[in-house]
Amino acid sequence: MLGYFRDTFTVFRKYYYLLKNLVQRDLKVKYRRSTLGFLWSFLNPILMMLIMAAVFSYMFRFQIEYFAAYLLSAQLIFNFYNSATSTAMGSVVGNSALIKKVYIPKYIFPFEKVIFEFINALFAVVALFVVLLVTRVPFTPWILLFPIPLVLIFVFNLGVGLILSSLVVFFRDVQHLYGVVVVALNYLTPIFYPVSMLPGWMQFAIKFNPLYWYVGMFRQVVLYGAAPTANMWICCLFCSAAALLIGLLVFKAQQDKFILYI
Amino acid sequence: MSQPMIEVENVSMRFNMAKEKVDSIKEMFIRRAKGTLKFEEFFALTNVSLRVEKGDVFGLVGLNGSGKSTLCKIIAGVMKPSQGSCRVYGSVAPLIELGAGFDPDLTARENVFLNGTVLGMKPSYLEERFDEIVEFSELHDFLDVAVKNYSSGMVARLAFSVATIMDPDVLICDEILSVGDFLFKEKCEKRISEMIERGTTVLLVSHDIGIVEQLCNKACWLSHGHVIAQGDCAGVVNDYQENAHIGFALEKESRQPEPREKQYVASAAAVKICEDEEIG
Repeated sequence: MLGYFRDTFTVFRKYYYLLKNLVQRDLKVKYRRSTLGFLWSFLNPILMMLIMAAVFSYMFRFQIEYFAAYLLSAQLIFNFYNSATSTAMGSVVGNSALIKKVYIPKYIFPFEKVIFEFINALFAVVALFVVLLVTRVPFTPWILLFPIPLVLIFVFNLGVGLILSSLVVFFRDVQHLYGVVVVALNYLTPIFYPVSMLPGWMQFAIKFNPLYWYVGMFRQVVLYGAAPTANMWICCLFCSAAALLIGLLVFKAQQDKFILYI
Repeated sequence: MSQPMIEVENVSMRFNMAKEKVDSIKEMFIRRAKGTLKFEEFFALTNVSLRVEKGDVFGLVGLNGSGKSTLCKIIAGVMKPSQGSCRVYGSVAPLIELGAGFDPDLTARENVFLNGTVLGMKPSYLEERFDEIVEFSELHDFLDVAVKNYSSGMVARLAFSVATIMDPDVLICDEILSVGDFLFKEKCEKRISEMIERGTTVLLVSHDIGIVEQLCNKACWLSHGHVIAQGDCAGVVNDYQENAHIGFALEKESRQPEPREKQYVASAAAVKICEDEEIG
């Protein structure tokens, strides 16, 4: 058992540079030939946030203090989840040309996509902080904990990404089905509405959505400037650990069969 | 000279034929309900055993579809065999299909680093040998051009230069000398010869019998996934050239859909005929 972990680690060390190069590749290709280049990583979330804030402040009104920041903080977490899992899902099938010809540890592909989207999310965090400043949200020292929910959801995304990327190899339908699931999740996460406006049973049901907890924890430290509650800690840690464990087990069990189906 | 570098023991590789592949959940349920979820199994390799020793230049010959590339992929670690085991001692440089790790949107310079790390090299090592790679590929003027604008010959040049820059213990060449112009081909052959002189073990797949005869000291003839002859290069290649047509008849026979067991027996019997034929 110990030997297995040591071998895995040795292989990972060897391919660490590949991981780094793939992330760099994605970043380079994303902004190649655009004049503003990397500035878009920052501009894009700001502009999107402005539109969303405009739409929900004037068209649909909820009684929420600091509405822009309320919306944007949740949007950031949800977008990170959505783009990381969606791109990780297609990563194994998308790299079939490589997998068929060279030996590479296959988890590199979903892992790389989640890291890449994490970097994008960090740019969005900068944009969010600008909005926090502009809308005069009071700062407290708890805000320094903001990396913790981000790291926890990173682990959660990696777990879900591993599961999805191996499922898609065998059933391409998953790709289309997942698009629908994401829309449902979007409305099941209190991004633009307050939880208090939901009917009683929904307020209970929504707690089974893991994203509810990550969004809650992130808002707690960034927006409300308070310590995360015990429930938040337990639920977030549990979801991340469970997703990663299941993801690793599913991926490991299936990875040798990938080549026969891609 | 008896240190083993590649040990392949009783390897079989089974594929499900593509036409029966079930890609969607719906299809799977319908098939399962109808009871038609059957796979036509196909053995790309059956009970193959090989032993390549240090310093050997081992040729693999056989007609199209005889399992040469599948065997290369198993040795390179790309596929796991359905049965049997395969062990390789030392580092492997697989030249299976050149340019597999290239990103068309990146420049040649960036691709050298990307492809190098795909093959497990360190960036610092690539940095050190970068000039040598460029020198060999003769692409000085196109280093900052996106690879999508390259011709296939240029891609092959770059890929070959990157893949052969490290000194691997085992080099797997699957039909890669057929790309590029004749001058570059000579250059590639020279580089491979140099590697052989330095003691690299080489597994060479080629339809160019001349190259196999020229470079290899040992060889193996595969037909329909069975090892038909193995050993001294000259002998095996002679056998292959004289008797390859028997394998062709066999191919026609096994194309007819048959249940797995039967097909297996049929091809095994056919191999028996081949062997008899050889003796006679």
